[in-house]
Amino acid sequence: MDLASAKVIGAGLAAIGVGAAAAGVGIVFGSFLQGALRNPAAADGQQGRLFIGFAAAELLGLMAFAVAMIILYAI
Amino acid sequence: MAAETKIDPMHQFQISPIFGNLDGSAFVFTNSALWMLVVLACITGFMLMGMKRQLVPGRWQVAAEGMVGFINSMVEGSIGPSGRTYLPWVFTAFVFILFANFLGAMPFAVVGAHPFTVTSQFTVTGVMSIISFAIVLGVGFWKHGLHFFSLFVPKDTPFILKLLIAPIEFISFLVRPFSLGLRPFIAMFAGHILLDVFGNFVVQGLNAGGGGYAISLLCFLFVAFINALELLVGAIQAYVFALLTSLYINDAVNLH
Repeated sequence: MDLASAKVIGAGLAAIGVGAAAAGVGIVFGSFLQGALRNPAAADGQQGRLFIGFAAAELLGLMAFAVAMIILYAI
Repeated sequence: MAAETKIDPMHQFQISPIFGNLDGSAFVFTNSALWMLVVLACITGFMLMGMKRQLVPGRWQVAAEGMVGFINSMVEGSIGPSGRTYLPWVFTAFVFILFANFLGAMPFAVVGAHPFTVTSQFTVTGVMSIISFAIVLGVGFWKHGLHFFSLFVPKDTPFILKLLIAPIEFISFLVRPFSLGLRPFIAMFAGHILLDVFGNFVVQGLNAGGGGYAISLLCFLFVAFINALELLVGAIQAYVFALLTSLYINDAVNLH
């Protein structure tokens, strides 16, 4: 296998991580909504934690995307 | 079909010297430094306009006071009443990341300038997270002395579990400065690559003609959406950096 095709395959494999992070972000917001709809009064106090969870999950997806882009364009 | 143009999304992150050259000279004024100065000028202007202390606040004063109040309530909420001591650094970091992210996302290229997102370089965000951790370690050791190490050992756990948990907590503490600096950097890096790649797709679709126009239109709408998302992410990353910094300082101040 030559380098060009290996690069494209590797970038495709790295992009799987973006989908996994999408599931993570979905779980974060879904769980927040579940809790918030059961106790709406307490929901506003938890928004900081919501964004921490969102940022942590999103970071991993962005890292997968950045790795894919580095493989495609920077190497 | 037109000749395929090579997409080069890494070009926008290139540091290029404005005065001096990168090989050898001690002081080089780069585009990164220039945009840091632009960010500084914007922050200074914003704060100076908002700090006139009028009895009836104008728009700028409401904006500046709202921003300070927002960070102040966040810091006091997570550290406690003594948290105001750490407000200067948390607010500085928040405002710097926010303005750098927003200025980097502005379409200055329309008028020919080349915007450079300062926070898209790990050196910048990494140094900011090192400052945050210098504060955490300094405050921790100054307030608690060697007792600061009890941060790694949770209370009221069986001894066997403590043996397991202490190294894990220690490693997680060591990784924190890295992940804290990585987060704003990677968000800006990935977002700007995405914008660049899909912006190139618009041009390539227009060049292709025929069905390319439809794809070009789709990509254009997507770029517009990503641009809006980029503003949201820029604000969220600044908020998360400030929030995590105050949470880590809280660990050092209150030790559980």
